[in-house]
Amino acid sequence: MLKTAERDPAALPRLLIALLAIVLLWPGVRLSELDLGVFLQSGSSEVGRFLAGFWPPARDAEFLQILLDATLQTLAIATAGMTLALLIALPASLIASRALSLSAAVRGGQPLWWAQLLRWPVRGLLIFLRSVPEIVWALLFVRAVGLGPTAGVLAIAITYSGMLGKVYAEIFESVDQRPAHALMQAGSGRLAAFLYGVLPNAAAEMLSYSVYRWECAIRASVVMGFVGAGGLGQQIDLSLRMFAGSEVASILLTFFVLVLLADLLSRLLRGRLG
Amino acid sequence: MTLRLTQAGLQHRDGSHALRGVDLSIEAGERVAIIGPSGAGKSSLLNLLGTARPPSSGRLEVLGRQPWQLSGRQRQKLRTHIGLIHQAPPLPPRQRVVTAVLAGKLGQWGLAKSLLNLLYPLDIPGARGQLAKLDLADKLFAQCQQLSGGQLQRVGIARVLYQAPELLLADEPVSAMDPVLADHTLSVLCRHAGEHGVTLVASLHTVELALAHFPRVIGLREGRIVFDRPAAEVDRGLLDALYANEQLLPPAPPHIGATAVQIPRC
Repeated sequence: MLKTAERDPAALPRLLIALLAIVLLWPGVRLSELDLGVFLQSGSSEVGRFLAGFWPPARDAEFLQILLDATLQTLAIATAGMTLALLIALPASLIASRALSLSAAVRGGQPLWWAQLLRWPVRGLLIFLRSVPEIVWALLFVRAVGLGPTAGVLAIAITYSGMLGKVYAEIFESVDQRPAHALMQAGSGRLAAFLYGVLPNAAAEMLSYSVYRWECAIRASVVMGFVGAGGLGQQIDLSLRMFAGSEVASILLTFFVLVLLADLLSRLLRGRLG
Repeated sequence: MTLRLTQAGLQHRDGSHALRGVDLSIEAGERVAIIGPSGAGKSSLLNLLGTARPPSSGRLEVLGRQPWQLSGRQRQKLRTHIGLIHQAPPLPPRQRVVTAVLAGKLGQWGLAKSLLNLLYPLDIPGARGQLAKLDLADKLFAQCQQLSGGQLQRVGIARVLYQAPELLLADEPVSAMDPVLADHTLSVLCRHAGEHGVTLVASLHTVELALAHFPRVIGLREGRIVFDRPAAEVDRGLLDALYANEQLLPPAPPHIGATAVQIPRC
């Protein structure tokens, strides 16, 4: 009796669950044709030589000049795309959200049904804008306006305006509505009530999300480079084709630094506002 | 006639009645206090008068207009003449006091001026003047989140004073202040109303303050007006009837000497 009490009663079920998990997961590994053995046959194999070429990263002056140009182009694509996206997203989010509704202020947060109905076309537009991934837009625009950063800028502007518009509208609705309602009840216009009543509460979250989206835009512009939309992506595509591992390593390090900088910027801005 | 309610009722969204059959008329320049137990409908009445909610039955007339017959634009114009002081002023925590006070005139300013004022406060002396009346001038550039409840209430009052409305409604405007400050603040409000011929309607939970500062007192209970008379005629009996609470009976006197106290020993 004492012997059985010394044993953990949960041990057997845990062991069985672990075995079950392995039995269920193993077919997944087989089906995806994952073969880690590739890395072990180093030296002679193609992969090993390619990976060995990653170190040290390329740092000759000529390549660094190319890398700098590509980085600036990527930043420019992301920033220009985000700016265009904001131009669409800000007005759209104001129309789509209930934050500016005069009738909601009177009716306990619920706008009139026809006012609610008017918001749907704008919501539909935002859904349409973000439902197509930016890479697809980029492929379309590369066909339409030719190779180069313009296609990337337009693709980011379209997809991100949809995402920013939706999230901004939700942020406006999630903050305290009473300050804006109080201002509207004192005769203020909707936009002024929004600026004085909603924006102070929403600004920090909007800023943080926008900087995060800018970071995502940098990554997206890299991906779109592969389909010919310029920037670091195009450069990494070229380096991969030439099996120049050291160049790939330099470009990957640049990604890391860019994302790190975006993170620091976000932190700094939140600290200033928070 | 500044305010007239005819058989006005207000129903909450859940179906309960906040106000039933209220008849009330208040002349321009009058100062009226509304008293009554918690949940009597004092805030609902002020929201109704301030056009924050439409009456679910009856008629409302404010400053000679029927606000719910007007178009949205005209109603907003009418509302610039109505100032409502909230019990807990809804101010964004990060907004600065100067911006919060100047926001009182948003209804009178155009959008361009409102935007400019957000970048740089356009009337710092004006905001400082209103805050100085309430002994709060030193907090002009503080953020609202740095203030206490009583200080926030005074910022809310300063905003409405800066708005300079013809009809001033106040929902428990001094509930978070100490007695001396509450007395001072109410006299500031009353003096402002007297000097500018403003109609002042305030709900208060301190009967003494209501009787001391307001010539006319209205007792509200369960959404109905119980009495409406000059402050001098409000006596003990009326107040007891107004505040009587069947739920909270006075505690029964303790029964003495029936049970001897037993001290357990072991």
